[in-house]
Amino acid sequence: MVGILVVSHSAEAARGIVAIAGQMAGDGVPLDGCGGTDEGGLGTSVPAIVAAIEGLLARSDGVVVIPDLGSAVLAARTAMELVDSDIGKIVIADGPILEGALMASVEASIGADLDRVAQVVGEARDLRKLQD
Amino acid sequence: MTLDVQGMLKAIDAIGETLEMHKDYLTELDSAIGDADHGINMNRGFHKVREKLSAGTYVDLGAVLKDVGMTLMSSVGGAAGPLYGTFFMRMSMKLAGLQAADTSSLAEAMEEGLKGIVALGKAQLEDKTMVDALTPAVEALKKASGNGAALAAALESAVAAARAGMEATTPLVARKGRASYLGERSAGHQDPGATSTYLILSTLLTSLKERV
Ligand SMILES: Nc1ncnc2c1ncn2[C@@H]1O[C@H](COP(=O)(O)OP(=O)(O)OP(=O)(O)O)[C@@H](O)[C@H]1O
Ligand SMILES: [Mg+2]
Repeated sequence: MVGILVVSHSAEAARGIVAIAGQMAGDGVPLDGCGGTDEGGLGTSVPAIVAAIEGLLARSDGVVVIPDLGSAVLAARTAMELVDSDIGKIVIADGPILEGALMASVEASIGADLDRVAQVVGEARDLRKLQD
Repeated sequence: MTLDVQGMLKAIDAIGETLEMHKDYLTELDSAIGDADHGINMNRGFHKVREKLSAGTYVDLGAVLKDVGMTLMSSVGGAAGPLYGTFFMRMSMKLAGLQAADTSSLAEAMEEGLKGIVALGKAQLEDKTMVDALTPAVEALKKASGNGAALAAALESAVAAARAGMEATTPLVARKGRASYLGERSAGHQDPGATSTYLILSTLLTSLKERV
């Protein structure tokens, strides 16, 4: 199954988003969140992202990384280069972090492949909340 | 004159000192168009760098710059971490095995570093980022190298170019980084990352001049 890594500037945000996404996906989907600097402040940590990707790769067929903004994207790109594994098993997806993580988890839970799971993160951009 | 391993170690230490002195200034610039942490981020990173370098022994420039790059990547905490980390890592690859750099090898290494920053962050000129200070500096260094200029004179022109590039970020509307979320409101403020780039290059020059 494809795993999902949420990368936020905030540890609380990452944890909360993983909890919300996990509730719909059930127990099978490897999910993890990563947020904040090594000192616990707001920001991103390349080593923490490397470790989280490696942890997920060990129990999945590939990892979709969903960053929030700015340095989360740059740190995820940098981490990808440092991970000691096949780089083809990691994809950084571009989409809204909460809805994207939720839709990706559901997609992963039905056995979709890496590219498809990454794709639905982008599709989450079109979700409408205030229309019938 | 060349930049040898001792000279590089001394320059990196001096850069750490400069960034410490300008911590509040950089953070103030970042509070106008960002999240008010650039000075804190750079200072945290270079503090770790100075710790790392003082604990090691180095015989080649590549090894020094590799440690600088890896340490910045892991400790800065903001966009500047991966960006400057990549800059120094790419430089280290060009200078691997070298005990000293002359104008031409430094120009080549910095050009490679700049390419790394652009490949990672995808910023173009006038996006209001560090690239706006670093690009003219690298151009000036290459030109000076082509003219056979000595290292100090070449760096002198690079620093002047970086300064002009930094100042020219003020009227720009940001198209990359956090400041881009402000849209038009980002105009009228100097970019923090372009400013730290200028500070890094100008300190490299001063440190080099003090050694002769
Ligand atoms: N994509 C990019 N390409 C080049 N430079 C960039 C890019 N994004 C940001 N920068 C530079 O980084 C500087 C900000 O660095 P800083 O350490 O404050 O990161 P940050 O923007 O706070 O990171 P974060 O994304 O975590 O909020 C900017 O002033 C700009 O020069
Ligand atoms: Mg900032």
